[in-house]
Amino acid sequence: MLGFTNDQIYRYSRHIILPDVGGAGQKKLLRAKVLLVGAGGLGSPSAMYLAAAGVGTLGIVEFDRVDLSNLQRQLLHRTQDVGRLKIDSAQDTLNALNPDVKVVKHQVVLDSTNIMEIIKDYDIVVNGTDNFPTRYLVNDACVFAGKPLVDGSIFMFEGQATVYDAAHGGPCYRCLFPTPPPPGEVPSCQEAGVLGVLPGIIGSIQAIETIKLILGKGDSLKGRLLLFDALAMEFREMRVEKDPHCPVCGEDPTITELIDYEQFCGVAFPEKPATAQDAEMVPA
Amino acid sequence: MATIFVPTPLRKVTGGEGKIRIRAATVQQAIDSANAVYPGFRERVLDGDGEIKRFINVFVNGVDVRKLQGRATPVRENDEVAVIPAMAGGN
Repeated sequence: MLGFTNDQIYRYSRHIILPDVGGAGQKKLLRAKVLLVGAGGLGSPSAMYLAAAGVGTLGIVEFDRVDLSNLQRQLLHRTQDVGRLKIDSAQDTLNALNPDVKVVKHQVVLDSTNIMEIIKDYDIVVNGTDNFPTRYLVNDACVFAGKPLVDGSIFMFEGQATVYDAAHGGPCYRCLFPTPPPPGEVPSCQEAGVLGVLPGIIGSIQAIETIKLILGKGDSLKGRLLLFDALAMEFREMRVEKDPHCPVCGEDPTITELIDYEQFCGVAFPEKPATAQDAEMVPA
Repeated sequence: MATIFVPTPLRKVTGGEGKIRIRAATVQQAIDSANAVYPGFRERVLDGDGEIKRFINVFVNGVDVRKLQGRATPVRENDEVAVIPAMAGGN
């Protein structure tokens, strides 16, 4: 049956019997190449569900090592992995979950010199990064490369998810937020805290959207910004449209090459801001 | 009465409140009304020129007010005004 092994037919049977997936859809998943930016809070559930679903190639960009404080939410990593490279820990977890998945490790800090080369081999990019400079870099690179970007972000008890796809009529990150917040208003994620389950919700939504894009089924979050408030247990949806004046994907773009964050934000992005006061306006 | 949905980053100003009930006929009045109860709210949303900060989007019933009439966008009974900042966290 479509070149599946017996084990694959059984492993993916709950997909194969779904009318909107079927054997043909499962083949699409097995042939798909998805790049995950970050193997942390959002990247963990995204990567694990995509691996379980049989997405054939999962690239992971991550340079960090596993810290004990990550384990409250980053399910790719275990206590015994503390101190290891996250990318190695992630590979072990994903391959233990599903040996069909080829994990491609990109142990780099993304910047303007390497991102285009990395993303060119992938169909879809899933954003699980934790800072504004990388978000703008990934967005601009996806616009230039014509790749869909499945975006998610989290802060304390609140999350956002959407699909940016400027190449196919959708908005990009800069259509919503053309310029980043001033450096003084950009905190780091460590300070304000995050409910451990929250990235599980948002990262899982990103995995669903990625699978829908691969299958070509359903209505994606393209053009819609989904907000999740865990404390109120409410979802909201905002309409977001392509901005014809967008500096990167608009009709007369002013940004035509990638920008590295140090230049972009004026100062180096702080790993750990001094106080929680910094974290009150715009979460990171 | 309309409701302002306050995102987590602004709740420090609202004493933790995620929703504020206000009387307002426009988005500007909604922001001013919120500021009257929670001083500091306006400066979190508007820049020095009184415009909505570029890293914040304000929506009325899910539609970006920049696509409507900006701060003059009408707010009607039971409308929801959502103030949505960029969020970068993912880790």
